[in-house]
Amino acid sequence: MALFLSIIQRLAYLMISIIDRDAGAFLLTKGDQTRVNLVHWGRSGLAFTRALGRSGLFVVQGIQGFPKSWEAWHLLIRQLYFVGVLSLIIILVSALFIGMVLGLQGYTILVDYGTEDALGQMVALTLVRELSPVVAALLFAGRAGSALTAEIGLMKATEQLSSMEMIGVDPLKRIVAPRLYAGFIALPILTLIFSLVGIWGGMLVGVDWLGVDAGAYWGNMQATVDFREDIINGVIKSCAFALAVTWIAVFQGYDLVPTSEGISRATTKTVVYSSLVVLGLDFVLTAVMFGSL
Amino acid sequence: MALQNKTLELSVGAFMLAGVFALIFLALQVSGLTLNNKSDDYFTLYANFSNIGGLKPRSKVTMAGVTIGRVTAIELDTQWYEAKVTLAVKRELLGKLSQDTSAAILTSGLLGENYIGLTPGAQEETLQDADVLRDTQSALVLEDLVNQFIINATKD
Amino acid sequence: MSEPLVDIQHLSFHRGSRAIFDDISLQVQPGRITAIMGPSGTGKTTLLRLIGGQLLPDQGSVKVAGHEVSQLKRPALFAMRKQMGMLFQSGALFSDLSVFENVAFPLRVHTDLPESMIRDIVLLKLEAVGLRGARDLMPSELSGGMARRVALARAIALDPRLIMYDEPFAGQDPISMGVLVQLIKRLNDALGLTSIIVSHDIDETLSIADDVYVLAGGRLIAHGSPEALKQHQGAQVRQFIQGLPDGPVPFHYPAPSLLDDIYHR
Repeated sequence: MALFLSIIQRLAYLMISIIDRDAGAFLLTKGDQTRVNLVHWGRSGLAFTRALGRSGLFVVQGIQGFPKSWEAWHLLIRQLYFVGVLSLIIILVSALFIGMVLGLQGYTILVDYGTEDALGQMVALTLVRELSPVVAALLFAGRAGSALTAEIGLMKATEQLSSMEMIGVDPLKRIVAPRLYAGFIALPILTLIFSLVGIWGGMLVGVDWLGVDAGAYWGNMQATVDFREDIINGVIKSCAFALAVTWIAVFQGYDLVPTSEGISRATTKTVVYSSLVVLGLDFVLTAVMFGSL
Repeated sequence: MALQNKTLELSVGAFMLAGVFALIFLALQVSGLTLNNKSDDYFTLYANFSNIGGLKPRSKVTMAGVTIGRVTAIELDTQWYEAKVTLAVKRELLGKLSQDTSAAILTSGLLGENYIGLTPGAQEETLQDADVLRDTQSALVLEDLVNQFIINATKD
Repeated sequence: MSEPLVDIQHLSFHRGSRAIFDDISLQVQPGRITAIMGPSGTGKTTLLRLIGGQLLPDQGSVKVAGHEVSQLKRPALFAMRKQMGMLFQSGALFSDLSVFENVAFPLRVHTDLPESMIRDIVLLKLEAVGLRGARDLMPSELSGGMARRVALARAIALDPRLIMYDEPFAGQDPISMGVLVQLIKRLNDALGLTSIIVSHDIDETLSIADDVYVLAGGRLIAHGSPEALKQHQGAQVRQFIQGLPDGPVPFHYPAPSLLDDIYHR
């Protein structure tokens, strides 16, 4: 109950400070600790809302800003290399091991019911529906997202963005847009590759090692996995994650405080926020796609 | 430029191709989507069951254990309050299944999925497109079996 | 005197509740080197960003070549910036492009010149700063002074009318400092540029400037030729020009007296 009241109190404070900033400053002079909280909560609420608005405008401008020229394709391909190709190793290795673990765990569970023939179905559905989009997005946030934030942040700190602006080139078009698009394209591809390798890894353990019949492994899988229901939904999920992670990463880089401390904090934020958003979004999307809400 | 443009473009191209390949593989090998999935490769049969158990659309239709088609739709027949199941059976079997072919809902393993098994009949006349299978056997529902067993056991 | 190229009238600018500029007015005459000086933290770099339109003033006007910067739409603003070169404190070379490509960058994005002509222009600009031989190096391989010279070559690639230097001498060894001083003077005279130098390196700046403005505490405290400033009687100006540790700008951050601090607590 006390917790509940304090939450209500804080929300009220938040509202007051958002409406009237001076009210917060006035109350501060009374030196009351809760009043200090009021100002603090109000300010951070305000700052959060502003950052959200800024990032929304930012991503819209970035998406619109993709220049329609041959030069732009070069920039995009370059970014696809950094964001996609360089993330490939970690995706391949993780997918292989996750697939193998799924094969092993699935087998030990299914064999108790004598239904180890359903292993293929279990591995494929787990990967295609859930694990591939989520794990690929988390790895992508750690590998490519943090790199994007650090790179853009460094450009900001060394005034490269400002100087580009002064040369008369919009950094939103030249720096931000290609990176946003590269992220949107790369993650769904990485997710598909993740599924492929994971299913193969599951087969490696299930079929080649534990002796599940190869025909049953594939046959059961084909009988239950639906192209539209499962695979396309998985791809849609990963597209949503790609948007979220790239958006967060690029915006954190563009919006950070241009110091070395600012860069390291923004990089951490990118990974933390991306992971939270991916997991939260995953639940919502799963509920919409597979749940019977 | 730190990296040669050619190598970079090549690797990005290979990356995109890998993505396309993965999608095709998932579609064909994992979800069993066939490219020539046109309806004229199949002909339609109907079968009414009083209880379909766990049968679902896309469940297999087999004969002698060989998959010969799929369940494409399941709906409630409001005239008899039975399940009306639509089967798509391979066109090469058109004119080869006898009129009194029977359909049964079977279960693979004790807890496995349900599928339809067809058993050939003896009549000369054969099934045509959109014919109805007369001789059907509903799914065995485990709970019913257990109930019957208990009732029989308590009678004795 | 002709029409000033940059005309700032009654400019005020706040960051949060802190006033960076409070009603300052200054003019930059074409063809001359105008220095803007003042202690650290007086917002000299901010002033350059206001002229370049990266920041907008709270009050007052900033006019460049007769156009009010804050009124310009984005395309017009970017067109205006083609007429301006800016040398950033760190050089701000694009770290993923070679020296050659850095200098070629403005040409590639703003002109449709054939590759051979771009090459000629870039080599001429690099020759002007004495780094034609370094064209294939990456920015990470350059010393600070060299990076600044490359950035200067990039800033003049499009032959701008106005070039702004943000602390061009900060953190340089005496040799590269001398090179930069010479370069700024020579470029200004040879190319008929107009230059604005923001700096707190007094000797170097005064040696090449035609006009000097001194800012402190968000206000303009002195204006005149370098000679006039050296003779200036204002205490604040004297402290700054002669580099005295204590004066109107106090050595101590505001605090209660030392005795009070020690004995009462």
